[in-house]
Amino acid sequence: MHPAFSVIFLTTLIGVGQGLFLALYTGQIYSMMKLLPAQDSQSFYALGSLLAFGFLAAGLFASFFHLGHPLRAWRSISQWRTSWLSREVIILPITMFLIALYGAIHYFAWTEPLFTIAKTQPIDLSMIIGALATIATFALFISTGMIYASLKFLQEWHNPLTVINYILLGGASGFTLAAAFSAYVGANVVGFYVLWAIILTITAFISRSATLLRNSRLKHKSNLQTAIGVRHTMIAQKAQGSMGGSFNTREFFHGKSLDKLKTVKVTFLILVFPIPMLLLLAAASGTISLPLTAFVIQYLGLIAERWYFFSEGKHPQNLYYQSVA
Amino acid sequence: MKQLALIIDLNVCVGCHACVTSCKEWNTSGWAGPMSDTNPYDANPTGTFFNRVQTFEVGTFPNTETVHFPKSCLHCEEPPCVPVCPTGASYKRKEDGIVLVDYDKCIGCKYCSWACPYGAREFDQQLKVMKKCTLCVDRIYDQTLPESERKPACVLACPTNARLFGDVHDSDSEVSKLIRENGGYRLMPEWGTNPANHYLPRRKTHLKIHEDELLRSDNPLKKEGLLPEPPKEQQTLDDIYMSW
Repeated sequence: MHPAFSVIFLTTLIGVGQGLFLALYTGQIYSMMKLLPAQDSQSFYALGSLLAFGFLAAGLFASFFHLGHPLRAWRSISQWRTSWLSREVIILPITMFLIALYGAIHYFAWTEPLFTIAKTQPIDLSMIIGALATIATFALFISTGMIYASLKFLQEWHNPLTVINYILLGGASGFTLAAAFSAYVGANVVGFYVLWAIILTITAFISRSATLLRNSRLKHKSNLQTAIGVRHTMIAQKAQGSMGGSFNTREFFHGKSLDKLKTVKVTFLILVFPIPMLLLLAAASGTISLPLTAFVIQYLGLIAERWYFFSEGKHPQNLYYQSVA
Repeated sequence: MKQLALIIDLNVCVGCHACVTSCKEWNTSGWAGPMSDTNPYDANPTGTFFNRVQTFEVGTFPNTETVHFPKSCLHCEEPPCVPVCPTGASYKRKEDGIVLVDYDKCIGCKYCSWACPYGAREFDQQLKVMKKCTLCVDRIYDQTLPESERKPACVLACPTNARLFGDVHDSDSEVSKLIRENGGYRLMPEWGTNPANHYLPRRKTHLKIHEDELLRSDNPLKKEGLLPEPPKEQQTLDDIYMSW
């Protein structure tokens, strides 16, 4: 497939935003359970939520560049019964709203405990809204992944690992950003986020490598014989109906050499996993800039990862467009 | 339930592209707006088409065969492009099974084209909406046209009658009979899309001659000993000598 940068930015940016929110909320739960020191509502949770909201908003903004008619985008909420894209379009603003609400509750300090569970754990409004936002965040991850995983003849994508990768890579980049953010605002939870960022990055590395391994051994169901229905092993295309190319030759080919594809693969494998992990490990020494560097490098790597993800998808329609003349 | 479809006979298609040009002519001048082109008379021309004729060479020289392969939307009975559309712009008509795009609802996200394994949909680069074969829905029901012309433009244009149009759910229709009796098949059956359009394969008539048919071992003249075996140098009018 041809990787569109609008979709690359959409999926990577909202992944960071979702992961950052999950990191903030996880931190709050740990704090509630007295496993972590409590953080300031305004300077930590409210500002962090604003940052997460900003990433989601930037992703949403990028997505409009993918549309031929962005002003009609509101129509895409109608087919939620069948279309994962429609579901994503509904859940993305809901997630943004809930994260904004979560941040607002912290900003205005509406954090008086409403009730306590198990007589020790006070539950305030931010915990309840945070739980709803967490559900929305995961629903958004699943919708985004399923847009690609549900296309059964794109065999590289039609696999549960696609959804798992979106969750883990988004989570890893979000927790890395949380480490950078907490280092920047001087919160004493950097070590906690560094640890989880490393755990998520390792898990993401395992599932992403498993996907690469699976796809390298993939056997495609369609071939030229089934495409034109002629039972012969030697079929060569002599004309494709146009000389100057068509939508079919532009949208479904990455148009790059296999060498370049391999370079991008190696690049993202290095930028997303080992380098950020080393920088995060080094960040335990307390340098503010290291987690931020780790995040920036991991995010650049994720752009390459998403580019490779799209390029790797081999669409069966390409069987009809193998040669111009 | 009715399912209108095209039957493409690969046995007689000569690859003249008359269906391509007549399709473009009819559909670019229709009420749905033009099918826009970019650089039509310049280098690297490209444009929107509903129907294309591709050519494949089957076999290795000298035993090759040229297969001209017209390709347009197959109006699948289980169209994978329809459920993925987020706006409902892509739909399959209940009354006749035609898969259509509502150009006023399409947001141009191209997701339906990703969901079509045949590459039957083409994005109009200027109007920014997805386009596809309509089976000339604005023509086949037009009461102002004589009944013989209420067919898709490509079908009317085909000089070799390689394109046929009809209801594939009606067992007695001409197209159903053709599919049944001539080995009509569907493209990429592995995806369960059940295309309504069918293709008829190349068909060859082979003459099979056995040795005994040439030698006429049952020649009655020889059998009954009515005539002597003619001398070898004698010329005969028929194959009497051969049958001895």
